[in-house]
Amino acid sequence: MKTQGRSFGRKAKDALLRGLMYLCAGITCALLVFLIGYIFFRGIPNLSWQLISTQSSYRTNTIGILPNILNTLYIIIVSMAIVVPLGVCAAIYLTEYAQNKKVVRLISFATETLTGIPSIIFGLVGMLFFIQVLGLKPGVLAGGLTLVVMVLPTIISNTTESLKTVPDSYREGALALGSGKWHMVRTVVLPNSIDGIVTGCILAIGRIVGESAALLFTAGFGLVLNDFITAMSSSSATLTVALYVFASERGEIGVAFGIATILMILTFILNLAANFAAKKLKRKGA
Amino acid sequence: MAGIIETKDLDLWYGEKQALHSINIEIPDHQVTALIGPSGCGKSTFLKTLNRMNDLVEGVRIEGLVSYNGIDIFAPGTDVTWLRRQIGMVFQKANPFPMSIYDNVAYGPRTHGIKNKGELDGIVEQALKDAAIWDEVKDRLKSSALGMSGGQQQRLCIARALAVKPDILLLDESTSALDPISTSKIEDLIGELKKEYTVIMVTHNMQQAVRISDKTAFFLLGEMVEFGGTDQIFSAPKNKKTEDYISGRFG
Repeated sequence: MKTQGRSFGRKAKDALLRGLMYLCAGITCALLVFLIGYIFFRGIPNLSWQLISTQSSYRTNTIGILPNILNTLYIIIVSMAIVVPLGVCAAIYLTEYAQNKKVVRLISFATETLTGIPSIIFGLVGMLFFIQVLGLKPGVLAGGLTLVVMVLPTIISNTTESLKTVPDSYREGALALGSGKWHMVRTVVLPNSIDGIVTGCILAIGRIVGESAALLFTAGFGLVLNDFITAMSSSSATLTVALYVFASERGEIGVAFGIATILMILTFILNLAANFAAKKLKRKGA
Repeated sequence: MAGIIETKDLDLWYGEKQALHSINIEIPDHQVTALIGPSGCGKSTFLKTLNRMNDLVEGVRIEGLVSYNGIDIFAPGTDVTWLRRQIGMVFQKANPFPMSIYDNVAYGPRTHGIKNKGELDGIVEQALKDAAIWDEVKDRLKSSALGMSGGQQQRLCIARALAVKPDILLLDESTSALDPISTSKIEDLIGELKKEYTVIMVTHNMQQAVRISDKTAFFLLGEMVEFGGTDQIFSAPKNKKTEDYISGRFG
Protein backbone atom coordinates (compact mmCIF):
# COMPACT_ATOMS: atom_id res chain seq x y z
CA MET A 1 0.00 0.00 0.00
CA LYS A 2 2.34 2.60 -1.27
CA THR A 3 -0.08 5.47 -1.50
CA GLN A 4 -1.27 5.02 2.06
CA GLY A 5 2.27 5.07 3.33
CA ARG A 6 2.88 8.32 1.53
CA SER A 7 -0.29 9.84 2.88
CA PHE A 8 0.69 8.73 6.35
CA GLY A 9 4.02 10.54 5.98
CA ARG A 10 2.24 13.61 4.79
CA LYS A 11 -0.11 13.53 7.74
CA ALA A 12 2.76 13.18 10.17
CA LYS A 13 4.52 16.15 8.60
CA ASP A 14 1.30 18.09 8.75
CA ALA A 15 0.83 17.32 12.43
CA LEU A 16 4.42 18.23 13.19
CA LEU A 17 4.17 21.59 11.47
CA ARG A 18 0.86 22.29 13.09
CA GLY A 19 2.37 21.49 16.48
CA LEU A 20 5.28 23.84 15.79
CA MET A 21 2.94 26.64 14.88
CA TYR A 22 0.84 26.11 18.01
CA LEU A 23 4.05 26.20 19.99
CA CYS A 24 5.17 29.50 18.45
CA ALA A 25 1.77 31.06 18.97
CA GLY A 26 1.71 29.74 22.53
CA ILE A 27 5.14 31.16 23.35
CA THR A 28 4.16 34.55 21.91
CA CYS A 29 0.96 34.67 23.92
CA ALA A 30 2.66 33.49 27.08
CA LEU A 31 5.34 36.17 26.76
CA LEU A 32 2.74 38.84 26.23
CA VAL A 33 0.58 37.71 29.14
CA PHE A 34 3.62 37.41 31.39
CA LEU A 35 4.85 40.89 30.49
CA ILE A 36 1.52 42.59 30.99
CA GLY A 37 0.73 40.56 34.07
CA TYR A 38 4.09 41.23 35.66
CA ILE A 39 3.91 44.97 35.06
CA PHE A 40 0.43 45.18 36.50
CA PHE A 41 1.40 42.89 39.38
CA ARG A 42 4.35 45.09 40.31
CA GLY A 43 2.80 48.37 39.33
CA ILE A 44 -0.75 48.44 40.67
CA PRO A 45 0.21 48.24 44.38
CA ASN A 46 2.33 51.35 43.82
CA LEU A 47 -0.43 53.38 42.25
CA SER A 48 -2.01 55.84 44.60
CA TRP A 49 -3.93 59.04 44.37
CA GLN A 50 -0.98 60.83 45.87
CA LEU A 51 1.34 59.47 43.17
CA ILE A 52 -0.71 60.77 40.30
CA SER A 53 -1.95 64.01 41.85
CA THR A 54 1.11 65.60 43.46
CA GLN A 55 4.68 66.45 42.63
CA SER A 56 7.70 64.93 44.28
CA SER A 57 8.90 66.69 47.37
CA TYR A 58 12.09 66.22 49.32
CA ARG A 59 10.59 68.11 52.23
CA THR A 60 7.79 65.64 52.84
CA ASN A 61 9.77 62.85 51.21
CA THR A 62 6.94 61.88 48.86
CA ILE A 63 6.95 61.01 45.21
CA GLY A 64 4.35 62.30 42.78
CA ILE A 65 4.28 62.15 39.00
CA LEU A 66 1.65 64.76 38.21
CA PRO A 67 4.31 67.00 36.57
CA ASN A 68 5.32 64.13 34.31
CA ILE A 69 1.76 63.35 33.36
CA LEU A 70 1.27 67.01 32.46
CA ASN A 71 4.61 67.19 30.61
CA THR A 72 3.59 64.21 28.51
CA LEU A 73 0.35 65.98 27.74
CA TYR A 74 2.17 69.24 26.88
CA ILE A 75 4.54 67.43 24.55
CA ILE A 76 1.64 65.69 22.83
CA ILE A 77 -0.11 69.03 22.32
CA VAL A 78 2.98 70.83 21.00
CA SER A 79 4.08 68.01 18.71
CA MET A 80 0.68 67.17 17.31
CA ALA A 81 -0.27 70.82 16.76
CA ILE A 82 2.74 71.16 14.49
CA VAL A 83 3.17 67.73 12.97
CA VAL A 84 -0.41 66.99 11.94
CA PRO A 85 -0.95 70.03 9.67
CA LEU A 86 2.60 69.79 8.38
CA GLY A 87 2.56 66.07 7.67
CA VAL A 88 -0.96 65.91 6.26
CA CYS A 89 -0.38 68.87 3.94
CA ALA A 90 2.94 67.44 2.78
CA ALA A 91 1.27 64.11 2.04
CA ILE A 92 -1.55 65.80 0.15
CA TYR A 93 1.00 67.70 -1.88
CA LEU A 94 2.97 64.55 -2.64
CA THR A 95 0.00 62.43 -3.68
CA GLU A 96 -2.32 64.96 -5.28
CA TYR A 97 -0.27 67.85 -6.59
CA ALA A 98 3.37 66.96 -7.22
CA GLN A 99 3.97 66.49 -10.94
CA ASN A 100 7.49 65.14 -10.91
CA LYS A 101 7.02 61.50 -9.97
CA LYS A 102 10.75 60.92 -9.61
CA VAL A 103 11.04 63.54 -6.89
CA VAL A 104 7.98 62.08 -5.17
CA ARG A 105 9.54 58.62 -5.18
CA LEU A 106 12.75 60.06 -3.78
CA ILE A 107 10.91 61.84 -0.97
CA SER A 108 8.84 58.75 -0.20
CA PHE A 109 11.99 56.68 0.00
CA ALA A 110 13.59 59.26 2.28
CA THR A 111 10.60 59.38 4.62
CA GLU A 112 10.46 55.58 4.79
CA THR A 113 14.14 55.50 5.69
CA LEU A 114 13.64 58.18 8.33
CA THR A 115 10.93 56.13 10.05
CA GLY A 116 13.50 53.43 10.73
CA ILE A 117 16.17 55.61 12.35
CA PRO A 118 16.81 55.00 16.08
CA SER A 119 15.13 57.76 18.06
CA ILE A 120 18.25 58.61 20.04
CA ILE A 121 19.66 60.02 16.80
CA PHE A 122 16.69 62.36 16.52
CA GLY A 123 17.43 63.36 20.11
CA LEU A 124 21.02 64.10 19.27
CA VAL A 125 20.15 66.13 16.19
CA GLY A 126 17.37 67.88 18.13
CA MET A 127 19.82 68.87 20.82
CA LEU A 128 22.40 70.11 18.33
CA PHE A 129 19.91 72.02 16.22
CA PHE A 130 17.11 73.26 18.48
CA ILE A 131 19.19 73.84 21.60
CA GLN A 132 22.66 74.70 20.37
CA VAL A 133 21.93 76.34 17.03
CA LEU A 134 18.55 77.94 17.74
CA GLY A 135 19.34 78.55 21.38
CA LEU A 136 16.14 77.06 22.85
CA LYS A 137 16.27 75.94 26.46
CA PRO A 138 15.77 72.24 27.08
CA GLY A 139 12.08 71.84 27.71
CA VAL A 140 8.75 70.93 26.19
CA LEU A 141 9.25 73.14 23.13
CA ALA A 142 12.65 71.73 22.17
CA GLY A 143 11.47 68.21 22.99
CA GLY A 144 8.22 68.69 21.11
CA LEU A 145 10.01 70.01 18.03
CA THR A 146 12.37 67.05 18.11
CA LEU A 147 9.40 64.70 18.22
CA VAL A 148 7.86 66.61 15.33
CA VAL A 149 10.90 65.72 13.26
CA MET A 150 10.75 62.16 14.48
CA VAL A 151 7.04 61.57 13.87
CA LEU A 152 6.73 63.60 10.66
CA PRO A 153 7.85 60.77 8.34
CA THR A 154 5.36 58.41 9.99
CA ILE A 155 2.51 60.88 9.54
CA ILE A 156 3.49 61.58 5.94
CA SER A 157 3.75 57.95 4.92
CA ASN A 158 0.61 56.96 6.78
CA THR A 159 -1.39 59.82 5.26
CA THR A 160 0.01 59.05 1.82
CA GLU A 161 -1.11 55.44 2.17
CA SER A 162 -4.59 56.55 3.26
CA LEU A 163 -4.89 58.96 0.34
CA LYS A 164 -3.83 56.24 -2.08
CA THR A 165 -6.72 54.04 -0.97
CA VAL A 166 -9.13 56.55 -2.53
CA PRO A 167 -9.87 55.19 -6.01
CA ASP A 168 -8.73 57.37 -8.91
CA SER A 169 -12.21 57.00 -10.38
CA TYR A 170 -13.49 59.31 -7.62
CA ARG A 171 -10.89 61.89 -8.53
CA GLU A 172 -11.70 61.60 -12.23
CA GLY A 173 -15.40 61.84 -11.48
CA ALA A 174 -14.96 65.03 -9.51
CA LEU A 175 -12.61 66.64 -12.02
CA ALA A 176 -14.86 65.72 -14.93
CA LEU A 177 -17.67 67.63 -13.24
CA GLY A 178 -15.55 70.77 -13.38
CA SER A 179 -14.26 70.59 -9.84
CA GLY A 180 -10.97 72.32 -9.12
CA LYS A 181 -8.13 70.36 -7.61
CA TRP A 182 -8.43 71.59 -4.04
CA HIS A 183 -12.21 71.30 -4.13
CA MET A 184 -11.81 67.71 -5.30
CA VAL A 185 -9.34 66.95 -2.49
CA ARG A 186 -11.57 68.55 0.11
CA THR A 187 -14.88 67.05 -0.97
CA VAL A 188 -13.92 63.63 -2.31
CA VAL A 189 -10.40 62.59 -1.33
CA LEU A 190 -10.18 63.70 2.32
CA PRO A 191 -13.63 62.50 3.42
CA ASN A 192 -12.77 59.07 2.07
CA SER A 193 -9.38 58.82 3.71
CA ILE A 194 -9.98 60.67 6.98
CA ASP A 195 -10.41 57.43 8.94
CA GLY A 196 -6.92 56.24 8.01
CA ILE A 197 -5.38 59.65 8.58
CA VAL A 198 -6.90 60.04 12.04
CA THR A 199 -5.96 56.51 13.02
CA GLY A 200 -2.38 57.22 11.98
CA CYS A 201 -2.34 60.40 14.01
CA ILE A 202 -3.59 58.61 17.12
CA LEU A 203 -0.93 55.95 16.70
CA ALA A 204 1.59 58.78 16.36
CA ILE A 205 0.43 60.04 19.77
CA GLY A 206 1.22 56.56 21.01
CA ARG A 207 4.75 56.92 19.71
CA ILE A 208 5.11 60.29 21.41
CA VAL A 209 3.85 58.91 24.71
CA GLY A 210 6.27 56.02 24.46
CA GLU A 211 9.29 58.03 23.41
CA SER A 212 12.14 58.56 25.84
CA ALA A 213 15.50 58.49 24.06
CA ALA A 214 14.80 61.51 21.84
CA LEU A 215 13.67 63.50 24.88
CA LEU A 216 16.60 62.86 27.20
CA PHE A 217 18.72 65.59 25.64
CA THR A 218 15.96 67.89 24.49
CA ALA A 219 13.17 68.01 27.06
CA GLY A 220 15.28 67.30 30.08
CA PHE A 221 14.81 65.57 33.42
CA GLY A 222 12.92 68.17 35.44
CA LEU A 223 10.36 66.80 37.90
CA VAL A 224 8.88 70.14 38.93
CA LEU A 225 5.27 71.08 38.31
CA ASN A 226 5.01 73.79 35.62
CA ASP A 227 2.22 75.43 33.71
CA PHE A 228 2.07 75.04 29.94
CA ILE A 229 4.00 78.23 29.11
CA THR A 230 6.72 77.78 31.71
CA ALA A 231 7.20 74.17 30.74
CA MET A 232 8.08 75.22 27.18
CA SER A 233 11.49 76.40 28.26
CA SER A 234 12.14 74.54 31.49
CA SER A 235 13.52 71.08 31.87
CA SER A 236 10.52 68.74 31.89
CA ALA A 237 10.58 64.98 32.14
CA THR A 238 7.75 63.09 30.48
CA LEU A 239 6.41 59.86 31.99
CA THR A 240 8.87 57.68 30.13
CA VAL A 241 11.84 59.84 31.07
CA ALA A 242 10.60 59.93 34.67
CA LEU A 243 10.41 56.15 34.60
CA TYR A 244 14.06 56.10 33.60
CA VAL A 245 14.99 58.60 36.31
CA PHE A 246 13.13 56.79 39.11
CA ALA A 247 14.36 53.36 38.09
CA SER A 248 17.99 54.06 37.37
CA GLU A 249 18.92 57.11 39.40
CA ARG A 250 16.74 56.93 42.48
CA GLY A 251 16.32 53.20 42.75
CA GLU A 252 12.56 53.58 43.12
CA ILE A 253 11.65 50.47 41.17
CA GLY A 254 8.13 50.43 42.56
CA VAL A 255 7.41 53.93 41.26
CA ALA A 256 8.90 52.95 37.92
CA PHE A 257 6.48 50.03 37.69
CA GLY A 258 3.65 52.35 38.68
CA ILE A 259 4.56 54.63 35.77
CA ALA A 260 4.87 51.62 33.49
CA THR A 261 1.34 50.60 34.43
CA ILE A 262 0.04 54.08 33.63
CA LEU A 263 1.87 54.04 30.29
CA MET A 264 0.42 50.65 29.42
CA ILE A 265 -3.08 51.81 30.23
CA LEU A 266 -2.51 54.96 28.14
CA THR A 267 -1.27 52.92 25.19
CA PHE A 268 -4.24 50.63 25.51
CA ILE A 269 -6.63 53.60 25.51
CA LEU A 270 -4.90 55.16 22.50
CA ASN A 271 -5.16 51.93 20.52
CA LEU A 272 -8.81 51.63 21.42
CA ALA A 273 -9.32 55.23 20.34
CA ALA A 274 -7.58 54.54 17.03
CA ASN A 275 -9.84 51.57 16.35
CA PHE A 276 -12.88 53.52 17.40
CA ALA A 277 -11.95 56.47 15.19
CA ALA A 278 -11.35 54.20 12.24
CA LYS A 279 -14.80 52.65 12.62
CA LYS A 280 -16.60 55.88 13.40
CA LEU A 281 -15.11 57.89 10.56
CA LYS A 282 -15.41 55.20 7.94
CA ARG A 283 -17.72 56.54 5.26
CA LYS A 284 -21.19 55.13 5.64
CA GLY A 285 -21.50 54.63 1.93
CA ALA A 286 -18.19 52.85 1.56
CA MET B 1 -22.39 73.70 -40.77
CA ALA B 2 -19.43 74.21 -38.45
CA GLY B 3 -19.10 71.64 -35.70
CA ILE B 4 -19.44 72.31 -32.00
CA ILE B 5 -16.14 70.47 -31.64
CA GLU B 6 -13.46 70.85 -34.27
CA THR B 7 -9.98 69.44 -34.31
CA LYS B 8 -7.20 70.36 -36.65
CA ASP B 9 -4.09 68.20 -37.10
CA LEU B 10 -4.45 66.85 -33.59
CA ASP B 11 -1.44 64.75 -32.56
CA LEU B 12 -1.05 63.17 -29.15
CA TRP B 13 1.84 61.31 -27.57
CA TYR B 14 2.04 59.27 -24.39
CA GLY B 15 5.75 59.66 -23.74
CA GLU B 16 7.44 58.42 -26.90
CA LYS B 17 4.41 56.61 -28.22
CA GLN B 18 2.18 58.53 -30.59
CA ALA B 19 -1.44 57.66 -29.85
CA LEU B 20 -3.23 60.05 -32.21
CA HIS B 21 -2.10 61.01 -35.70
CA SER B 22 -3.32 64.20 -37.25
CA ILE B 23 -7.00 63.96 -36.40
CA ASN B 24 -9.26 66.36 -38.30
CA ILE B 25 -12.93 66.19 -37.46
CA GLU B 26 -15.96 68.43 -37.13
CA ILE B 27 -18.49 67.05 -34.71
CA PRO B 28 -22.00 68.43 -35.21
CA ASP B 29 -24.23 69.99 -32.61
CA HIS B 30 -27.23 68.12 -31.13
CA GLN B 31 -26.42 64.81 -32.68
CA VAL B 32 -25.03 61.55 -31.42
CA THR B 33 -21.57 60.83 -32.75
CA ALA B 34 -20.15 57.36 -32.22
CA LEU B 35 -16.42 56.63 -32.20
CA ILE B 36 -15.69 53.04 -33.15
CA GLY B 37 -12.57 51.02 -33.75
CA PRO B 38 -10.56 48.15 -32.26
CA SER B 39 -9.00 48.34 -28.79
CA GLY B 40 -6.04 50.68 -28.59
CA CYS B 41 -7.04 52.62 -31.70
CA GLY B 42 -7.11 55.93 -29.86
CA LYS B 43 -10.85 56.53 -29.69
CA SER B 44 -10.92 56.81 -25.90
CA THR B 45 -7.79 58.94 -25.98
CA PHE B 46 -9.47 61.22 -28.46
CA LEU B 47 -12.58 61.45 -26.31
CA LYS B 48 -10.58 62.30 -23.20
CA THR B 49 -8.74 65.01 -25.10
CA LEU B 50 -11.99 66.87 -25.66
CA ASN B 51 -12.52 67.73 -21.99
CA ARG B 52 -8.81 67.66 -21.22
CA MET B 53 -9.01 64.65 -18.93
CA ASN B 54 -5.82 63.54 -20.64
CA ASP B 55 -4.07 66.33 -18.77
CA LEU B 56 -4.05 63.96 -15.79
CA VAL B 57 -1.97 61.38 -17.63
CA GLU B 58 1.72 61.61 -16.93
CA GLY B 59 3.89 62.35 -19.95
CA VAL B 60 1.11 63.30 -22.34
CA ARG B 61 1.92 65.79 -25.09
CA ILE B 62 -0.61 67.30 -27.45
CA GLU B 63 -0.14 69.28 -30.65
CA GLY B 64 -2.68 70.73 -33.03
CA LEU B 65 -5.91 72.52 -32.40
CA VAL B 66 -9.05 71.47 -30.58
CA SER B 67 -11.82 74.00 -30.43
CA TYR B 68 -15.13 74.00 -28.67
CA ASN B 69 -17.56 76.57 -30.06
CA GLY B 70 -14.59 78.22 -31.70
CA ILE B 71 -12.61 78.47 -28.45
CA ASP B 72 -9.16 76.87 -28.41
CA ILE B 73 -9.42 74.52 -25.42
CA PHE B 74 -5.65 74.38 -24.96
CA ALA B 75 -5.17 78.13 -25.03
CA PRO B 76 -3.51 79.41 -21.85
CA GLY B 77 -6.56 81.53 -21.07
CA THR B 78 -8.99 78.60 -21.19
CA ASP B 79 -10.16 77.59 -17.72
CA VAL B 80 -10.16 73.81 -17.62
CA THR B 81 -12.84 73.66 -14.90
CA TRP B 82 -15.08 75.82 -17.09
CA LEU B 83 -14.38 73.54 -20.04
CA ARG B 84 -15.25 70.39 -18.08
CA ARG B 85 -18.43 72.03 -16.92
CA GLN B 86 -19.44 72.54 -20.55
CA ILE B 87 -18.24 69.11 -21.64
CA GLY B 88 -19.37 66.47 -19.17
CA MET B 89 -18.13 62.91 -19.13
CA VAL B 90 -19.42 59.51 -18.12
CA PHE B 91 -16.78 56.82 -17.68
CA GLN B 92 -16.63 53.20 -18.69
CA LYS B 93 -17.07 52.01 -15.15
CA ALA B 94 -19.74 53.70 -13.07
CA ASN B 95 -17.94 55.78 -10.47
CA PRO B 96 -20.52 57.22 -8.07
CA PHE B 97 -19.00 58.87 -5.02
CA PRO B 98 -19.54 57.05 -1.72
CA MET B 99 -22.27 59.50 -0.75
CA SER B 100 -26.03 59.52 -0.91
CA ILE B 101 -27.77 59.47 -4.29
CA TYR B 102 -28.84 63.08 -3.71
CA ASP B 103 -25.34 64.26 -2.81
CA ASN B 104 -23.91 62.58 -5.88
CA VAL B 105 -26.17 64.50 -8.21
CA ALA B 106 -25.84 67.71 -6.20
CA TYR B 107 -22.04 67.46 -6.24
CA GLY B 108 -21.59 69.32 -9.50
CA PRO B 109 -24.04 72.18 -8.82
CA ARG B 110 -22.60 72.59 -5.32
CA THR B 111 -19.12 72.69 -6.81
CA HIS B 112 -20.26 75.56 -8.97
CA GLY B 113 -21.62 77.49 -6.04
CA ILE B 114 -25.32 76.62 -5.82
CA LYS B 115 -26.23 76.41 -2.14
CA ASN B 116 -29.95 77.13 -2.11
CA LYS B 117 -31.73 73.97 -0.97
CA GLY B 118 -34.82 74.49 -3.10
CA GLU B 119 -32.80 75.18 -6.21
CA LEU B 120 -30.63 72.11 -5.59
CA ASP B 121 -33.69 69.94 -5.06
CA GLY B 122 -35.05 71.08 -8.39
CA ILE B 123 -31.80 70.43 -10.24
CA VAL B 124 -31.38 66.99 -8.67
CA GLU B 125 -34.92 65.96 -9.54
CA GLN B 126 -34.64 67.20 -13.10
CA ALA B 127 -31.28 65.52 -13.66
CA LEU B 128 -32.54 62.22 -12.29
CA LYS B 129 -35.62 62.49 -14.49
CA ASP B 130 -33.50 63.28 -17.54
CA ALA B 131 -31.39 60.24 -16.78
CA ALA B 132 -34.55 58.11 -16.54
CA ILE B 133 -33.85 56.95 -13.02
CA TRP B 134 -36.06 59.25 -10.93
CA ASP B 135 -38.86 56.75 -10.44
CA GLU B 136 -36.44 54.12 -9.19
CA VAL B 137 -34.71 56.30 -6.63
CA LYS B 138 -37.09 59.07 -5.61
CA ASP B 139 -37.94 57.33 -2.33
CA ARG B 140 -34.35 56.70 -1.32
CA LEU B 141 -32.45 59.81 -2.30
CA LYS B 142 -30.68 59.80 1.05
CA SER B 143 -29.39 56.26 0.80
CA SER B 144 -25.93 55.42 -0.43
CA ALA B 145 -25.31 55.39 -4.16
CA LEU B 146 -23.08 52.35 -3.72
CA GLY B 147 -26.10 50.23 -2.87
CA MET B 148 -27.53 50.58 -6.38
CA SER B 149 -27.16 48.09 -9.20
CA GLY B 150 -24.49 48.64 -11.83
CA GLY B 151 -26.97 49.92 -14.40
CA GLN B 152 -28.54 52.29 -11.91
CA GLN B 153 -25.12 53.54 -10.87
CA GLN B 154 -24.27 54.32 -14.46
CA ARG B 155 -27.51 56.21 -14.99
CA LEU B 156 -26.82 58.03 -11.73
CA CYS B 157 -23.45 59.04 -13.18
CA ILE B 158 -25.24 60.35 -16.25
CA ALA B 159 -27.61 62.29 -13.99
CA ARG B 160 -24.62 63.64 -12.09
CA ALA B 161 -23.08 64.82 -15.34
CA LEU B 162 -26.38 66.36 -16.51
CA ALA B 163 -26.85 68.24 -13.25
CA VAL B 164 -24.11 70.72 -14.16
CA LYS B 165 -26.03 71.43 -17.39
CA PRO B 166 -23.27 70.67 -19.85
CA ASP B 167 -23.36 71.40 -23.52
CA ILE B 168 -21.78 68.17 -24.61
CA LEU B 169 -21.84 64.76 -22.99
CA LEU B 170 -18.93 62.38 -23.56
CA LEU B 171 -19.65 58.70 -22.98
CA ASP B 172 -16.62 56.44 -22.77
CA GLU B 173 -17.96 52.91 -23.41
CA SER B 174 -20.47 53.68 -20.75
CA THR B 175 -22.57 50.59 -21.31
CA SER B 176 -19.82 48.04 -21.80
CA ALA B 177 -19.99 46.76 -18.23
CA LEU B 178 -23.78 46.57 -18.09
CA ASP B 179 -26.41 43.91 -18.65
CA PRO B 180 -28.58 44.11 -21.79
CA ILE B 181 -31.60 45.63 -20.04
CA SER B 182 -29.59 48.41 -18.44
CA THR B 183 -27.83 48.94 -21.75
CA SER B 184 -31.06 49.36 -23.63
CA LYS B 185 -32.34 51.80 -21.01
CA ILE B 186 -29.23 53.91 -21.46
CA GLU B 187 -29.48 53.69 -25.24
CA ASP B 188 -33.06 54.96 -25.11
CA LEU B 189 -31.87 57.68 -22.82
CA ILE B 190 -29.15 58.79 -25.23
CA GLY B 191 -31.77 59.08 -27.95
CA GLU B 192 -33.68 61.47 -25.69
CA LEU B 193 -30.61 63.40 -24.63
CA LYS B 194 -29.66 64.54 -28.09
CA LYS B 195 -32.61 66.89 -28.14
CA GLU B 196 -30.81 69.02 -25.60
CA TYR B 197 -27.21 67.86 -25.68
CA THR B 198 -24.52 66.93 -28.10
CA VAL B 199 -23.46 63.37 -27.37
CA ILE B 200 -20.10 61.89 -28.33
CA MET B 201 -19.70 58.25 -27.41
CA VAL B 202 -17.02 55.63 -27.67
CA THR B 203 -18.43 52.17 -28.20
CA HIS B 204 -17.13 48.70 -28.85
CA ASN B 205 -20.54 47.57 -29.85
CA MET B 206 -21.23 48.26 -33.51
CA GLN B 207 -24.92 47.43 -33.26
CA GLN B 208 -25.11 50.09 -30.60
CA ALA B 209 -23.49 52.62 -32.91
CA VAL B 210 -25.99 51.74 -35.62
CA ARG B 211 -28.94 51.92 -33.25
CA ILE B 212 -28.32 55.26 -31.66
CA SER B 213 -25.75 57.37 -33.48
CA ASP B 214 -26.23 59.89 -36.28
CA LYS B 215 -22.59 60.10 -37.19
CA THR B 216 -19.83 57.55 -36.88
CA ALA B 217 -16.07 57.98 -36.89
CA PHE B 218 -13.88 54.94 -37.42
CA PHE B 219 -10.48 55.00 -35.73
CA LEU B 220 -7.59 52.65 -36.47
CA LEU B 221 -4.07 52.76 -35.04
CA GLY B 222 -4.41 56.32 -33.88
CA GLU B 223 -5.77 57.64 -37.14
CA MET B 224 -9.29 58.57 -38.04
CA VAL B 225 -9.95 56.49 -41.10
CA GLU B 226 -13.42 57.59 -41.96
CA PHE B 227 -16.11 59.91 -40.63
CA GLY B 228 -19.61 60.22 -41.96
CA GLY B 229 -23.29 59.56 -41.42
CA THR B 230 -23.82 56.31 -39.54
CA ASP B 231 -26.03 54.92 -42.32
CA GLN B 232 -23.39 55.61 -44.92
CA ILE B 233 -20.51 54.21 -42.81
CA PHE B 234 -22.33 50.96 -42.18
CA SER B 235 -23.97 50.52 -45.55
CA ALA B 236 -21.47 52.02 -47.96
CA PRO B 237 -18.11 52.69 -46.33
CA LYS B 238 -15.74 54.56 -48.57
CA ASN B 239 -12.59 53.13 -47.07
CA LYS B 240 -11.63 49.48 -47.44
CA LYS B 241 -10.38 49.31 -43.83
CA THR B 242 -13.71 50.56 -42.52
CA GLU B 243 -15.49 47.94 -44.55
CA ASP B 244 -13.19 45.20 -43.24
CA TYR B 245 -13.75 46.30 -39.66
CA ILE B 246 -17.51 46.62 -39.73
CA SER B 247 -17.88 43.37 -41.59
CA GLY B 248 -15.93 41.74 -38.78
CA ARG B 249 -12.75 40.83 -40.58
CA PHE B 250 -10.65 42.12 -37.68
CA GLY B 251 -11.15 43.90 -34.41
